[in-house]
Amino acid sequence: MFDKFALLGFGPGGWGWALLQGAGVTISIALATLPFGLALGLLVALGKRSESALLRGLATLYTTIFRGVPELLTLYIIYFGVQILLQHLWVKLDLPGSFSMPPFVAGMVALGVVLSAFSSEVWVGALNSIQKGQREAAAALGLSKAQAFRLVVLPQLLRVALPGLGNNWMVLLKETSLVSVITLPDIMFITTRANVVTKEPFLFFGAAMLIYLVFSLVSARAIDRMERRANRGFAAFGGATR
Amino acid sequence: MSWCEYPGWALGSEVLQNYGCRMASGFWVTIELVLISVLIGFGMALGLAVARLYGPRWARAAVNGYTTFFRGTPLLCQLFLVYYGLGQFRVFWQDTGLWWFFRDPFYCAALTFTVNTAAYQAEILRGAIQAIPRGQFEGAASLGLHRWATLRLVVLPQAMILALRPLGNELIVMIKSSAIASLVTLFDLMGATRLAFARSFDLSIYLYAALVYLVLVEIIRRLWDRIELRLSRHLALR
Repeated sequence: MFDKFALLGFGPGGWGWALLQGAGVTISIALATLPFGLALGLLVALGKRSESALLRGLATLYTTIFRGVPELLTLYIIYFGVQILLQHLWVKLDLPGSFSMPPFVAGMVALGVVLSAFSSEVWVGALNSIQKGQREAAAALGLSKAQAFRLVVLPQLLRVALPGLGNNWMVLLKETSLVSVITLPDIMFITTRANVVTKEPFLFFGAAMLIYLVFSLVSARAIDRMERRANRGFAAFGGATR
Repeated sequence: MSWCEYPGWALGSEVLQNYGCRMASGFWVTIELVLISVLIGFGMALGLAVARLYGPRWARAAVNGYTTFFRGTPLLCQLFLVYYGLGQFRVFWQDTGLWWFFRDPFYCAALTFTVNTAAYQAEILRGAIQAIPRGQFEGAASLGLHRWATLRLVVLPQAMILALRPLGNELIVMIKSSAIASLVTLFDLMGATRLAFARSFDLSIYLYAALVYLVLVEIIRRLWDRIELRLSRHLALR
């Protein structure tokens, strides 16, 4: 029994370091995707509220597609699709060698696009909650539209959007497990390999579960803290200042 | 020509014509898998939500742990743990006569998806029941209704309307997530598509599969809007 647990340790024949590295890859891809996906999501949300019918239509089509297609399929399409496209381009430009898509970039783009589709809904809801008077007052003060957005709307937006975005983060964290299928060495990839080598799937996938669980619990705690901090001036949301 | 080759022929896509039948049967596997898990999961979720709200302290803690565990870890990891991890105890399953269940990727996927969606649905139902105003419980009590009768006749019908939209979202999430069943050698829609791509290297097959999922999800979304409108027509919600 105890020699089995040694497989998870850091000694010779132990997978401890590999698992730690996998956990590092999981965290890095999630953290790298987050700003990209959230920023793109905000852009899509602005598109949905735009005055141009074309932009609105495009933004709605975008979210419909990426909210409706399985993440695994999106990942495959971006990984293989971009690879084939760029390979064609490579040959056409007569560049030496061949092009291969780095899995990290493919995973980041695929997860980021899906995250942007889901977070855009959160952004739209938050944008709708900012009263018209705020923009009008900003305009009356002589702020340009961009300034009004950056200085007046955005700081208020984050507080309202935080619970929804926190949810998006939790989903993203779990979705990163999919990148193992395009050979990115995350937790799932490492444990799958460990399973092939040691034939101890229960032990390793159980360990992977615990690592993900720790990430989720820590994230939930952190999001809770951020929400409390963002709400500290609002008595109705439990942030009363005494 | 069989009917399932027809779409590929009509679109002039050789790969879709060649693998149309496999994808059609994969589509049914996906539908079966999702329906089985979501329906059984709903039954489990009802019990879990009630236990979480009105059960004894140990039951509340147990349900809390259950939902935290299954909502805090990736479905892919859960699926691997069940299919590969539990499959490791082959001798034990053979002794107990359950090996037929745990060696079959379909049953393993269905089991994993059921316990997973039960956790999510339990949280949805708990939220919906908690949103029912206290006066409803008190009114039922003053009419002399028993606790179970209160729940069954007064609270749940109202809670179900509140829970309808998030439950629809959960159904859609399950349809999308079911694609990962292809990673344990199950030939659902995604599995058939992966096979077609691996043999033909024609990327367009992934786009056709994406279209099928997209249409399926859109149909359910619209259907759900209709159901919601119909069930809440006595409430001045909009």
